[in-house]
Amino acid sequence: MILTNIENVPGKRIVKHLGLVQGSTVRAKNVGRDIFASIKNIFGGELKGYTELMSESRKEASKRMKKQASKVGANAVVNVRFATSSIAQGAAELFVYGTAVVVEDIVYDGTEHTVIDAPLAQSGAQPSGSVEAPTATTPSAAIDMRTSHTSADPDAAYRKPEHSE
Amino acid sequence: MDLFITLMLFVCGYVFGRTAESRHYKSIFKREAQYNNLLTFASKMPNNDVLNNTQEAHLVYGSVVISVDYFKRFIAGLRNFFGGNLTTYETLLDRGRREAILRMKEDALHHGANMIFNVKLETASISKGKGDSIGSIEVYAYGTALNVANQTHQS
Repeated sequence: MILTNIENVPGKRIVKHLGLVQGSTVRAKNVGRDIFASIKNIFGGELKGYTELMSESRKEASKRMKKQASKVGANAVVNVRFATSSIAQGAAELFVYGTAVVVEDIVYDGTEHTVIDAPLAQSGAQPSGSVEAPTATTPSAAIDMRTSHTSADPDAAYRKPEHSE
Repeated sequence: MDLFITLMLFVCGYVFGRTAESRHYKSIFKREAQYNNLLTFASKMPNNDVLNNTQEAHLVYGSVVISVDYFKRFIAGLRNFFGGNLTTYETLLDRGRREAILRMKEDALHHGANMIFNVKLETASISKGKGDSIGSIEVYAYGTALNVANQTHQS
């Protein structure tokens, strides 16, 4: 399972969108850690217990998301976002969501993938090869790619993750 | 007696907090220099040049929960009365963010990546102290790490 928080998987092509998948956990801190943390609060510094707790919970949440994604038949999740909300005193919800997709390797062998090749060739001719300034053609090229390949799916229009911020 | 305890906490917080902070900053500077060649971008999409040479993509992240000391919290309490910049919390957040980014970079290096795209930072205050003052914050950094084969750009 590949996770990315950009709109596609580099080196691969999205062939199908399977909608939103999510995973969440609600965790409470335990007393032992609380006591230790309150002592640490006097001296300042990192609260390792909490750091561990949070990253453990995030892992759990993303595990659940991956599980859901594989259940719907995806092999990658793109546009992954993390969110945290405290729902009660001392308890926090960690929430992960993303778009489940099916990806496959891009094979540059024939004229089959002209849709992809066209924008790539076009931007390759541009003189600015620096990564610091991604060209404006990049996102639009990605959208072209996506719509052209999801057109077989009748519900694709409703599922497209076009919520760019 | 009460005053004595408060004073003790005050001094402890000042001494330990200061040494901890300077030590932390030293390690931050050192590691930032060390991971300098791992490029991080806040932009959403890599350039096509990069995309074509990418072999692998991973979601990488780093998080840290960091707490402010007693002395600083007291100073911040005073500041709240008069208003103005809370410099004591500024360093806390700065340390937290930089530490989280460094941990994310460590995670990326673990995967053998050399670029990180769409880096997002999230901050949450996880425990509130007495009187609604912020006790500790969590900073979470995440992004997509790419293994780019031959870098054509000059960094």
